[in-house]
Order: sequence, then C-alpha cells, then structure tokens
Amino acid sequence: MSATRLVERLLQLLPVLFGVSLIVFLMITLTPGDPVEIMLADQRATPEQVEALRRDLGLDRTLAERFLVFLGNALRGDFGISFFHRRPVWDVIAERLPATIELTLVALLVAVAVAIPLGVIAAVRRDTWLDRALSAASLFGVSLPGFWFGILLILLFAVELRLLPVGGRIGYAYDIPRTTGFLLIDTLLARDLAAFRNVVAHLVLPAITLGLPTAALLARVVRSSMAEVLASDYILFAEAKGLPRRRVLLLHALKNALIPAVTVTAIETGQLLGGNMIVETVFGWPGLGRLVVESIFARNYPLVQAAVLLFAVTYVSLNFLADLLYTALNPKVRL
Amino acid sequence: MSVPAAEAAKVQDLRPLSPLRLGLARFAANRTGLVSAGVILAFVVLALAAPWLAPHDPGEADLFRRLQPPAWAEGGEWAFPLGCDGLGRDILSRLVWGARISLFVAAMVIGLAAVIGTLAGLAAGYFRGWIDTLVSRLVDTLLGFPYLVFAIGLMAMMGPGLHNIVLALVYKEWVFTCRVVRGETLAAREQDYVEAARALGCGPGHVMLREILPNVLSPVLVVATFRMAYVIIMEASLSFLGLGVQPPTPSWGAMVADGRDFLVDAWWVSTTPGLAILALVLAINLASQGLRDAFDPRLHPS
Repeated sequence: MSATRLVERLLQLLPVLFGVSLIVFLMITLTPGDPVEIMLADQRATPEQVEALRRDLGLDRTLAERFLVFLGNALRGDFGISFFHRRPVWDVIAERLPATIELTLVALLVAVAVAIPLGVIAAVRRDTWLDRALSAASLFGVSLPGFWFGILLILLFAVELRLLPVGGRIGYAYDIPRTTGFLLIDTLLARDLAAFRNVVAHLVLPAITLGLPTAALLARVVRSSMAEVLASDYILFAEAKGLPRRRVLLLHALKNALIPAVTVTAIETGQLLGGNMIVETVFGWPGLGRLVVESIFARNYPLVQAAVLLFAVTYVSLNFLADLLYTALNPKVRL
Repeated sequence: MSVPAAEAAKVQDLRPLSPLRLGLARFAANRTGLVSAGVILAFVVLALAAPWLAPHDPGEADLFRRLQPPAWAEGGEWAFPLGCDGLGRDILSRLVWGARISLFVAAMVIGLAAVIGTLAGLAAGYFRGWIDTLVSRLVDTLLGFPYLVFAIGLMAMMGPGLHNIVLALVYKEWVFTCRVVRGETLAAREQDYVEAARALGCGPGHVMLREILPNVLSPVLVVATFRMAYVIIMEASLSFLGLGVQPPTPSWGAMVADGRDFLVDAWWVSTTPGLAILALVLAINLASQGLRDAFDPRLHPS
C-alpha cells in the first residue's frame, strides 16, 4: 500500500473517532440526574457549595464548550476522578488492563488454535459427515450464550470434577511481585513454576468461555475461504505437478485461505472486549470488564465513560488494522 | 399467430412469483428450516399463552419449596417439573413467562430497527449527496462500538428496564439493516425499472416505497432473522448483568444469574433457563440459514 493511501485511510479514521467521542460524551451528559447531586449525595452541602462544585466541574458552560474540554482532556488521558476510588480514572483503569489483555490474548489463542485446524479439515473433507458435524458444532457454538456456557464449565470442571480453580487470577498462596501485571510473565520472571501453573489453571475456563464463540465463527470463515481456494486453478495445477497433498494444502492453499481469517480475527478481537464484561463477571476476573460492570452499579460515571471510550477506540483501531492487513496480505486488492 | 384460449389461461397461471414469495416457497421445501420454524412458533405460543400454560404463578414464592429439585430427581414432584429456585418459585412457570420478555424484546428491537434501517438506507441510497454522507457517517460511528459495550454504556446511563433495553439495542441495531438496504438501493436506482418509473413522472417517495422497497424486502427479512438470534443473546446478557428487566419479572438471563449462588447445591436453577435460550437461538439461527439459502444461494458459503 502506498504512503498516500495509508495517510488517506488514517484521515478517514478521524471522523469516526470524533463521532465515537461525541456519542460517549452525550451518553453521560444527556443522562437524567445531576452529577453534582450524585457526588454530594451523602453530604449536606449549602447551595453556594453546590454552585462552586458545578463551576469547578465546568457544568455551567455550554454543551459545545464542555465537549471540547472533554475531548482535550481525553487526548491527554485525563478522564477525571473516579468518585468511588477517589483516584484518577485512568490510574484505576490502567491497573486493571493487564488482567483483561492477558485473558483476551489467551482466548484469542484458543480461538485460533481450535478454528484453523477444524476449518481446514471441514474444507478438505467437504460434504462428508465430518464437515456436516463440524458445521453443526459451529452453529451450536455461535448460539451459546457466553455467560451460561461459563457456568456449565464451572459446574463440570470446578464443582463436579474439582479439576480447576474458579475466581481470580491466581491462588492466595502465591505471592508474586507484579512487574508487568501480566501474571503469565510475572510468574516466569519470578522463576516460580508452581505459581505459573496456578495462573494457567485459573486462565483455562475463562479463556475457553471467551474464545469458543469466536472459534465457531472463525472456523466457518476458514472453511469457506479454504474451500474456495481448493477449488481454484492454481491448486489443481499444483496437484497436477505431482506435489504432495500435504504440501499443497499447507503451503499453497492455507496461505491464501487465511487472508479473510486474519481480518475476521482482528475484528472479533474487538468484540471480545464486550464479551470480557460477561466472562469476567462470571469468573470473578479482576479486569476492566468487571470494573465497568461494578462501576455502573456504583454510579461511577466518569469511569464508565472512560472505559466505553477506550473500548470503542481500541475497536476502531483493530478494524483499521484488519483493513490494513487485508490490503497488505492480499495482492488482489493492492492499491 | 393465434393462441388457443386454454393455452392463454395457462400462460396466465405462470405469472412470475414475487421474489419474496419465491423465497418463501423454497424455504418451505427445506426440512431443517421448517422444523426450526416450528420450534420458534412453539416458543411464540408459549409466550402468548403464558397465563394459561404456566402451571403456577411465576412470582409466587414458597420457602418450603426452596431449591426443590426437578421431578425426576430425588425430592422432586411432578407438580413442579423443573424444580424451584432460591425463593421456592416454580422454574417451569418462570421459563414460560420469561419467553415473553425474550420474544417481546427481540420482536420490538428487530421490528423498529428494520423500519428505521430500511427508511434510512432507502433515503441514503436513493438521494445520495449529503443525506448519504450523514447516514453513512452515523453508521460508521455506531459500528465503532462493540455491540455489548455500546448497550452496556447506554443501559448504565438510562437505567435498567424493559423500555430502555429496547431503546439501547435499537440505537445500534438499525445500522445492520441500513447498510444492506443502502447497498441494494444504490444498485437498484441504476436499473431500468427505476428509470422507467422516474420517466413516468413518479416522485421520489413513490419510487422508493413502491418500486425499490419490494425488491429489497427479502434481504431485509434475511438480515432481520439472522440478527434476531443475536438480539436475544444481548437481552439475556444484559439481564444476566442485572441491567435488564428488573425482578421479580422473570427473564431468562436474570434466572441464570440468580442460580449462580446455588451452583453447588442446585445446578438446575442456572442451567434450565440457559437451555431455553440455547434452544430458541439455535432454532432462529437454523431458520435464518434456511432463509438465506432460499433467498440468495450466492450469499451462502460453498
């Protein structure tokens, strides 16, 4: 992709980011209920004090002015003070981010590891009973409500079989210095293999719950694009040359069949951010998703606002990345 | 050349079916599609006839029946076939009443979104220019939010409740119909039949609603069924998080959440409502696959 084209695409991103911020700003601002009253709910304040707080928060200015202030602050990572924690919102969010990123990446790994082999097998054995079974399984996976699936896994693996722990990221017995916040890395840095295994055990069920619906969707994409590639002339040619079947499948076909899968994966990663709120709630995972849900009930609006904006910006960026990857990988759409 | 009268009548019978009826006829020939349509219909009947079909009052608590197991398990009885929840309420009755919430939200959201999305898509595709720019920017912006994040953000601000769930979901859902209709309209406005209608002096309203609309109805129908499964899961997820319909109104997602406190002692409280969600969503997904095959074989992979 040429540099001008890249700049052009980046510029197209700006109105979307602007619109997203505007919607997030309006979500809070147009909500019935006065933030000052919420903040002063448990204190007796004189009308003068209320007025002073309104001025401090900038609530006496026009909507347009307040939006510009919000946008300027957001660009500097300043989302105000979390009512509940009495600390800057961004600090509270940053603390919870590693847990969510770790879970999302592992879930993604699960999804890709399940989807690609199954999609390829289904495409190679097209219209056999195996293909039909896999496509039924994938429809099943797409129809599963995530929160319920998580509960079934807890019932089976934690309550009945007592194989895996549930709740939190690591057992209380382990004391690991939090260098990166990513416990898989921190435990290895501390050279504590038992703690590492404990972290993995805590990750298994939430990651499967989060990753399986994505796997179901991804497997369908891989299957259909692989099937299309396998029916193309250059595969026929490769086979006619007498190349071994395995080599044709893995080297010639899969490489091209994965192009749409890469795009879908990038987009689905953004959707996983929403799924995180459910899965983190089910498994008591101390990440951003659960923080958002808790903040809603605590009426901690600045935090909800910042998190929704963060999720949306990440999602838009991932879609953009998907677009770039698609163009970069696919010689047919090179512009 | 003269045509015999009988043959002319035959020709009369072969009037082409509209794309919608043609598709429905093809759908009716698909066994999986028909069975799943039957399952959906059963849920609809259950929801509509809930006051007569539910064996007990869904809100009636009886602490002596607290966590009573299902009928086939030890300690269960057939008067309460699926057992009772943490307040001793009959789970089957709550499931039957819960179907109302799921289906009501799904029907309202999909219905409103289809109407708004179709009108916006028709206008954007037909007039182009600034209307198209405005609609497309709004669509792009809304697509910039992961669905659940958007819905949760709105529910956080508007507060829980049936009315607000419908609104929170419609605000984003119309986008999916709009995109499809806009694309179809852009293609349709270059066709001869639209050209002909305009040449006859028909106004934009007539051309859009009478000429183009009938031709975009099948994709709208396909999108609507396909999205309905998603909306049902969304409503259940919001209710699960406590942001949906408020207790004591029974909703499947909230029932699953209630049961989480008793996973060790009473597995049936959480699992049975989830089975209902799965059955309904699976049936809708199968039916939508059948519809897609029937209306547009090109859309279906392989």
